[in-house]
Amino acid sequence: MADLVSHPDEVKVVSRRFGQGATNIDRYLEMDGYKAVQKALGMEPDAIINEVKNSGLRGRGGAGFSTGMKWSFVPKQSAKPKYVLCNGDESEPGTCKDRLIFEHDPHSVIEGVMIGGLAVGAQSAYIYIRGEYRYLLNIMQKAIRDAYAKGFLGKNIFGSGRDFDVYWHGGAGAYEVGEESALMESLEGKRGIPRIRPPFPAVVGLWGGPTVINNAETLASVPHIILGGAEWFAKIGPPKNGGTRLFCLSGNIAKPGVYELPMGYNLKKMIYEVGGGIPNGRELKAVVPGGASCPCLTADEIDVNMDFDSVAKAGSMLGSGGVVVVDDAQCIVKFALRTMKFYQHESCGWCIPCREGTDWLKKTLVRFHSGGGVMKDIDNMRYLAENMLGRTFCPLGDAAAMPTIAFVKKFRREFEDHLEGRPCPYEEEGALQQVPVMAH
Amino acid sequence: MQHELFDCPMAQSLNRSILMKFSDEFETRFAEMVPHYPTKRSALVPTLLYAQDEVGFLSDEVIAELAERLDLPVLEVHNVISYYSMLTTKPRGKFNVQVCTNISCLVRGAEDILHHCAKKLGVGHKGTTADGLFTLEEVECIGACSWAPAAQVNYDFHENLTTEKMDKVLDEYRRKATQ
Repeated sequence: MADLVSHPDEVKVVSRRFGQGATNIDRYLEMDGYKAVQKALGMEPDAIINEVKNSGLRGRGGAGFSTGMKWSFVPKQSAKPKYVLCNGDESEPGTCKDRLIFEHDPHSVIEGVMIGGLAVGAQSAYIYIRGEYRYLLNIMQKAIRDAYAKGFLGKNIFGSGRDFDVYWHGGAGAYEVGEESALMESLEGKRGIPRIRPPFPAVVGLWGGPTVINNAETLASVPHIILGGAEWFAKIGPPKNGGTRLFCLSGNIAKPGVYELPMGYNLKKMIYEVGGGIPNGRELKAVVPGGASCPCLTADEIDVNMDFDSVAKAGSMLGSGGVVVVDDAQCIVKFALRTMKFYQHESCGWCIPCREGTDWLKKTLVRFHSGGGVMKDIDNMRYLAENMLGRTFCPLGDAAAMPTIAFVKKFRREFEDHLEGRPCPYEEEGALQQVPVMAH
Repeated sequence: MQHELFDCPMAQSLNRSILMKFSDEFETRFAEMVPHYPTKRSALVPTLLYAQDEVGFLSDEVIAELAERLDLPVLEVHNVISYYSMLTTKPRGKFNVQVCTNISCLVRGAEDILHHCAKKLGVGHKGTTADGLFTLEEVECIGACSWAPAAQVNYDFHENLTTEKMDKVLDEYRRKATQ
């Protein structure tokens, strides 16, 4: 449904079956489908975990934690059933990659959760897809049914004597549910409020059982690692950053789209060569490199390699792969305000620094953007945001604070241009529009 | 009822025999879904959305019915509903026009799309047109960032929007409704 794009620099691993009709299980089988899980059935669990560890695969949801390491934390023995949970609640602004995986290659996710299950000793998995993606939930339901019909799921899979079940589950609209402990709460039929850790999900997760939670792109990478080998996958990217990423180019860019590029691909090249640069004769002002929660980079900070470690070194995060490009016609104060409205709306309200902090920041930014800001607000915003960092149950508070600190720090001049009595310099004369206030 | 101490009196007063009847499709899916989980209530969130799709909103009857089926107090079901942005206890139009104004859409003119819809439909955020056809809603990121600006009408994505394209989209839904 969503348009596909391509570029010669792409290395198609996760996206290799996009546009090839792989939602059809027979077509999927023709393209090495379900070979990886059969191979994994012949491997020791530790060998699977080591293969994934050695591949350098790191969590594609944003945290960038080693997937193999995560799997190794699941206790071997457990009185309660173990689970694999696929996080397909994709809702980080700027991110639209899991959508393409579910749309074009749903069986790769099924295979991914199966291999994860074999590695940690789980016998069932849940694939959680956000409520807005109803058509993808339908695609996934059909894929799961087809896999059962072929005997790939259920009892005695591939004649191995082992059983494995995969279930689909739909959300109903909540960014917060993308956080792993909130995701489990939601799957258990509750409000998506994060759980305090420890215990970590690997030890006490879904219904109290040890649970591995991975992003859809992470899981879709796993079958390719099992088939192609850890060494091949690791070599695609720089050290400790194996494989590729689905980068979602969006915003003020000539050729937006989801491109699969090797880890460590240069951001400047990504914007100007892959994405075709900034259209309409405009100049680049800022880039949000990994979804709304990542601190922005200014135009002179974009010569950075897009792998977890290099982007962290540059003071931001690789995040979820959502590269949002902002040109010089855009008002950063308004952009910061829209970002904060999002976090304020999505904060679950469970802990005070996030609930109050996002609300104060939003109110300050609304006032600022409408011309009622005062000088001390600028430092107050930074102070407020800095005091949210690390003081919340889940990373939503950090996700709201980090971009705000960067906007204020890197674009202070633009905030000053909005001081009391001065209309927003970016709005057309006489048409000072406010971002409509969310009434939720 | 299992949790009568916590149940709201309104739900208790409802006669079981007059509670909701859902479509066969709903019932088949519900029957398939519940055994997927070790606890019944785990089916709650997707079930609420499927029920809402049939009825149009989560009425007291729907809530009482699902609470009964999943062994939950009505209050707890309300508690869950209030958390999820797609769930609503208020009726809305046949077509829910959800315009994303989050960052990727914002920088590509999403506000123009939203204001255009508001003007054309004559309603604001969460407002419903007098003929009950359209509800307008400004929503958070819907995962269409690379095809911005974008909107969803019910579950259908409409992408790379311009005000002209949005007009056509709305006209098409109006035509569908009046056919």
